[in-house]
Amino acid sequence: MATEANGQSEGGLVFHPMDQFIVKPLFGDGAVGMFTFTNVALWLLLAVACVIALMVLGTSKRATVPTRVQSIAELAYGFVYKMVEDVTGKDAVKYFPYIFTLFMFIVFSNFLALIPTSFSPTSHIAVTAVLGFGVFIAVTALGFIKNGAGFLGLFWVSSAPLALRPILAVIELISYFVRPVSHSIRLAGNIMAGHAVLKVFAGFAAITAVAPLSILGITAIYALEVLVAFIQAYVFTILTCVYLKDALHPSH
Amino acid sequence: MATETTGTASACVGPDGSAIGMPQLCADWMPNQIFWLLIALIAIYFVLSRIALPRIATVLAERQGTITNDLAAAEDLKQKAVEAEEAYNKALADARAEAQEIIAKNKAEMQAELDKAIAKADAEIAAKAAESEKAIADIRASAVESVEAVAKDTAGSIVAAVGGQADDAAIAAAVDAQLKG
Repeated sequence: MATEANGQSEGGLVFHPMDQFIVKPLFGDGAVGMFTFTNVALWLLLAVACVIALMVLGTSKRATVPTRVQSIAELAYGFVYKMVEDVTGKDAVKYFPYIFTLFMFIVFSNFLALIPTSFSPTSHIAVTAVLGFGVFIAVTALGFIKNGAGFLGLFWVSSAPLALRPILAVIELISYFVRPVSHSIRLAGNIMAGHAVLKVFAGFAAITAVAPLSILGITAIYALEVLVAFIQAYVFTILTCVYLKDALHPSH
Repeated sequence: MATETTGTASACVGPDGSAIGMPQLCADWMPNQIFWLLIALIAIYFVLSRIALPRIATVLAERQGTITNDLAAAEDLKQKAVEAEEAYNKALADARAEAQEIIAKNKAEMQAELDKAIAKADAEIAAKAAESEKAIADIRASAVESVEAVAKDTAGSIVAAVGGQADDAAIAAAVDAQLKG
């Protein structure tokens, strides 16, 4: 067991697909405390830096005829703005900065995670659960603040026959509380699974006979992951819009 | 020993530095992740809501304004072009009418002159014809006179030749009677 720390260099079939998700302190050894500067912190702050680079530095010229970076920033703005307007309604535009924050954070975390040897914060359930439950709690609170007890009308399906309504209310209630769970696990699961599969394919590359196939597989999965990185950010954002719409207009 | 090489002391990492189970479910690491996530989210939110989003909104509004202005200006210019075309057409029509008028006037003048010339020529022709007629009448009259004189002379000569004593008056009367006769 002397070579355990670099088992991959032996050339044998060694799979450690989950090792990439280990949280490590970047400076010094020791336990991971709450405020330790870890690889999670690094890649989260890199995402912040990328958002600032795109949205602030990219638009610093305020050009009427936009530069390339500025048009990407404007494209992102327009994309999410239209989504909020279309899905949630015009009265939800004041919540647009929150939703845009979520979108930009997830999209940059996902894409930065695609850089080889990087760390993917959005593959961690702790991260996505904070996002998902944050949306859930905010939306529920907003629903009660805006509509009072009328928000409970969301669970009372008035278009259904009276006899069915209590049963439907139970189902609606359960589905409502499952929302944050599915919301966060969908994102974490997708990112984690994709990256783990990449690692498994990479493990096969150690065998010369299947190495070409493995590299082809890595390429294909990587392409899929690029797609997933964007789609998951999109899905997370649009579901946030849908939940927000339920809070603002609880009637079915 | 092995934990020294990996540098992580955690219940979630095995002695060989690889993960035990899913690192995602390691409770030891969660406070750290949540803390930094909140930092990141708050940073992004403030940067976006304070700087980036108002700026982009302004830029988009300005661009929309510029586009609207340009469209209005284009509409204006188009209107002007239409007006200019109308003015041109009108000028063309005017010029044509004027030309028509000038042509008609010239024609009338020419006709008048022509008529005048014809009338003058007619008058000249008539005068010449009258003169000629008079000349012919004169010639005729003088011819009759000459015939009379010749006849009288001839008659006198004949009478003398025959041997008679010719009385001029009687001869003239006789010739006149013969000529009328």
